[in-house]
Amino acid sequence: MTQMNRLNGGLVNRDKPLEFTFEGRTYSGFEGDTVASALLANGVQLMGRSFKYHRPRGVLSAGSEEPNGLMEIGTGADRTPNSRATVVELYDGLTAASQNAWPSLERDFMGVNDLFANFLTAGFYYKTFMWPKAFWEKIYEPIIRNAAGLGALSMEADPSVYDKGFLHCDLLVIGAGPSGLMAALTAARAGAQVILADEDFRMGGRLNAESYEVGGQAGSAWAQATLLELASLDNVRLMSRTTVLGAFDHGIFSAVERVTEHLPTASVGAAPRQTLWRIYAKRSLLCAGALERTIAFSNNDRPGILQAGAMRAYAHRWAATVGQRVAVFTNNDDGHRTAKDLADKGVTVVAVIDPREVPPSTGVPVIRGQVVDTKGRLGLKSVQVRRHDGGMETLKVDALGVSGGWNPNVSLTCHQRGRPNWREDIAGFVPGDVLPVGMAVAGAANGDLSTHGALSSGAKAAVESLEALGISSTAPDVPDAEDAPVNLTPLWYVGEGKARKWIDFQNDVTVKDVKLAHQEGFESVEHLKRYTTLGMATDQGKNSNLGGLAVMAEMTGKPVPQTGTTIFRPPYTPVAMGALAGRSVGKEFKPTRLTPSHHWAVRQGAVFVEVGQWMRAQWFPQAGETHWRQSVDRESLAVRKSVGICDVTTLGKVDVQGKDAAQFLNMIYANAFAKLPVGKTRYGLMLREDGIAMDDGTAARLAEDHFVVTTTTANAGPVYRHMEFVRQGLCPDMDVQLISTTDAWAQYAVAGPNSRKLLQKIVDPEFDISNDAFPFMACGEITVCGGIRARLFRISFSGEMAYEIAVPTRYGESLIEVMMEAGKEFDVVPYGTETLSVLRIEKGHAAGNELNGQIAAAHLGMIRMVSTKKDSIGAVMTRREELVKEDGLRLMGFEAIGEDILPAGSHVFAEGDKQTPEADQGWLTSACYSPHLGKHIALGYIKGGYERKDEVVTIANPVQGKTLKARVVSAHFVDPEGARLRD
Amino acid sequence: MLIPHPLLGLRDAQEFTYFGDASLLDRPDGMAEGASEQFHDYLYLRDNPAGEHQELWFHEQGDRSWLVVTRNTLTHEIFKVEFATDVALARRSAT
Repeated sequence: MTQMNRLNGGLVNRDKPLEFTFEGRTYSGFEGDTVASALLANGVQLMGRSFKYHRPRGVLSAGSEEPNGLMEIGTGADRTPNSRATVVELYDGLTAASQNAWPSLERDFMGVNDLFANFLTAGFYYKTFMWPKAFWEKIYEPIIRNAAGLGALSMEADPSVYDKGFLHCDLLVIGAGPSGLMAALTAARAGAQVILADEDFRMGGRLNAESYEVGGQAGSAWAQATLLELASLDNVRLMSRTTVLGAFDHGIFSAVERVTEHLPTASVGAAPRQTLWRIYAKRSLLCAGALERTIAFSNNDRPGILQAGAMRAYAHRWAATVGQRVAVFTNNDDGHRTAKDLADKGVTVVAVIDPREVPPSTGVPVIRGQVVDTKGRLGLKSVQVRRHDGGMETLKVDALGVSGGWNPNVSLTCHQRGRPNWREDIAGFVPGDVLPVGMAVAGAANGDLSTHGALSSGAKAAVESLEALGISSTAPDVPDAEDAPVNLTPLWYVGEGKARKWIDFQNDVTVKDVKLAHQEGFESVEHLKRYTTLGMATDQGKNSNLGGLAVMAEMTGKPVPQTGTTIFRPPYTPVAMGALAGRSVGKEFKPTRLTPSHHWAVRQGAVFVEVGQWMRAQWFPQAGETHWRQSVDRESLAVRKSVGICDVTTLGKVDVQGKDAAQFLNMIYANAFAKLPVGKTRYGLMLREDGIAMDDGTAARLAEDHFVVTTTTANAGPVYRHMEFVRQGLCPDMDVQLISTTDAWAQYAVAGPNSRKLLQKIVDPEFDISNDAFPFMACGEITVCGGIRARLFRISFSGEMAYEIAVPTRYGESLIEVMMEAGKEFDVVPYGTETLSVLRIEKGHAAGNELNGQIAAAHLGMIRMVSTKKDSIGAVMTRREELVKEDGLRLMGFEAIGEDILPAGSHVFAEGDKQTPEADQGWLTSACYSPHLGKHIALGYIKGGYERKDEVVTIANPVQGKTLKARVVSAHFVDPEGARLRD
Repeated sequence: MLIPHPLLGLRDAQEFTYFGDASLLDRPDGMAEGASEQFHDYLYLRDNPAGEHQELWFHEQGDRSWLVVTRNTLTHEIFKVEFATDVALARRSAT
């Protein structure tokens, strides 16, 4: 197709023609085009359908504030919905499709909504879908979700790479228009570290969109020359395609850079599609320009009606006109500039419609009056004008530029609670008195709406910002530029006209909706917003908030600033979830920690389970085993019969050293440690200060002033943090130091009646580990395999005679190989976390499932361990009346009656009782099949504890729809006297 | 936020773990008369000021020091950062 609306000139590269498709049709454009500018050049005005009424829409703007021109770009997994056609750079082969239209953009079935508009006014969700209540989830919501909505996800994994990065600078300049360029130049010449970020792919801002000169040359040429100088300086980082999304505390900014999004996917390789930057700026200067607002009038949303400034930008920068016969409707002088520029470019400008008494004269015909209606369903055909003398005129035009004035772009100034101030002369909000720390604002964003004003305020603000950093600078000479005043008479909407007058184009909110909200009492801005959805679309009200406020102000009879201000929040424009995730996706979401003998376990065919960040072997299937239970039963029986080895490296280990180490342990553990002899290990119960169990583990005294404390795998981090808090904050005068050594030692449990015999084969002969020399709970520093440093602890989680042996991490894999070899004669087995769990349940040891944040010492049957002779964390509060009452919960064992498994999490009821919360007697915490006992067992809490022994109780699991019977027994299913431990 | 660590200078708040009110440093003596009432107050009664607040931060991804950060909870302005150990010792010698 020919580019029928392409003009001469412009900043597109005519040597690089590009082909693309929209709605299945092929069009051509040029390098430097956006999808919107290329479509307009091709005479395409209809680009989308609105959210609620499915009204045909064209673009309203030429920037990132675009509410209408939302498209799906790309195909398959690459498809990106809700892309704003006004900022998507054209590349060869680009595919664009409209969204929210079916079967096609021209004939959208849901356009029928438009006929029912009377039923879909403000608050229609709340009014219409009230009853019957049950209909909401099954009927109303699916219909609404299907009918409304923006683009659809591809439902395929995003193949692109996203990255994150960190930057530091003296001055961050946000926006590279006239003020931003002058500011960056000023700071750059002074030698400051400068970042200049702009969301556009071509820096220069409005300088690229206007006809006027700067310093005797075209504005865009001055911008190019300035950028060339900036690019030549090492202390400047120019970041185009980079949107600053948010201003956070202490000078931290987030920004997203679209690194390769403007390139065809195939050409990108491994480069990231977007990078999310965190920028630490000592000072920042917001030069974000201004956004033009529209005027609401009947049917002001037809394709071909857009911001007058955008119309001008398309003509100058992209050499595209929106129509062949155009008009402009404006309440200020800037609109006349559009008319004049287009006329100069050879476009037929029928008239400028201006309601003011004395409109300026630019040579284009002016009609004093207002636009009261328009025609043309899929594209503008005519506008009706009510002249100030009362006469009516119909203008046959295919495009209409509208200017209601310019709003300084204050978004980022509000991100730290700042509220903007009202300025009467421009009828708009300017940055308030409280700005984010270190921020200044210059140019149009600060209300300096002329080019000269922007250039000079940019330079001045840069000098002041650098001065605050102790860097002296001189403002460059400000080049000559236009300095026209803003002549504006506010006009928010045209009173005449019965058809809908749109304020929020994306969410389809009209003047009437705002009036209805007022009528129904939703006067506060926050209520107005939620009731009408004004400003809640993806443009975040950039185009509509002020218009809505102004209508509400009229209704309440208050001035705009007293009616309310709008508050902007990050992000400035929508951000892809992928950019927020960066590389933390899939398996890279969090680090994976492997134990030293992980690869050995892989070679044994282990099945792994993730425990926190760790990968732990869950069981080791042998040939012929088809079900995990077969493996776990075999491993469990082998341990109880002979010997097994389990990797327990993941348990947290904290080295505690110093003269006051024992006194420190006395503080962190509820039980006493001061008198623990050197060479002995003791179980320790760690409480929170409120008396609830935090963790448990062992502490081994290797020397008078040296302990090794173990924690559970999951709590290694939090317990270490807690111990440091107690040391630094509560015991500041103790001579004690802590260090986490979890990763420094590989540690293995060697359990079973033959564990000692196995270890005797590898422990160097000078260390006697016979039962007399190294009894239950002994510990010591030894050597193995001819001089390798090791630590040996005679502790048992399984209830069998057992040891834990630790060697420096680098020997871990060798040690398990040596032990497996040494254990061959005893039929040694490796066992995983499942068997570890079966063995500890059989023995009645509490673990993570039992320590769930509700359980105090008494519940665990450990209240007598809590020493009354010393102060320790949690000791006072764990003795609270409620936590120690006789009929409270106690840890007990449960044996299934019958063949069914006892599901952990089931609740316990007395036989015959109703299964109500009031009758609840406790719950099962851990459950397994005990191959040793040949039945299903569980640990759990039951009120009254030992008093209930032998009682048959009901085990209720409503989630699984099960009710079972179990017998309450001692938690110690195996060897309750502990004889095996001491053999 | 940026927290000015007494030894390490400005550090990003992401490196820290927040814990709570610095009154947690004033732990009652568990062996004293009436300890349970004192612990009740210590654990459950906290001020929640809109404004200047002393709070505990742990430099978990750093040097593992516990810090007392004096911060304006409304503006996030940070007035002072001290080692918890120094604060605890100073409070101890003051009583």
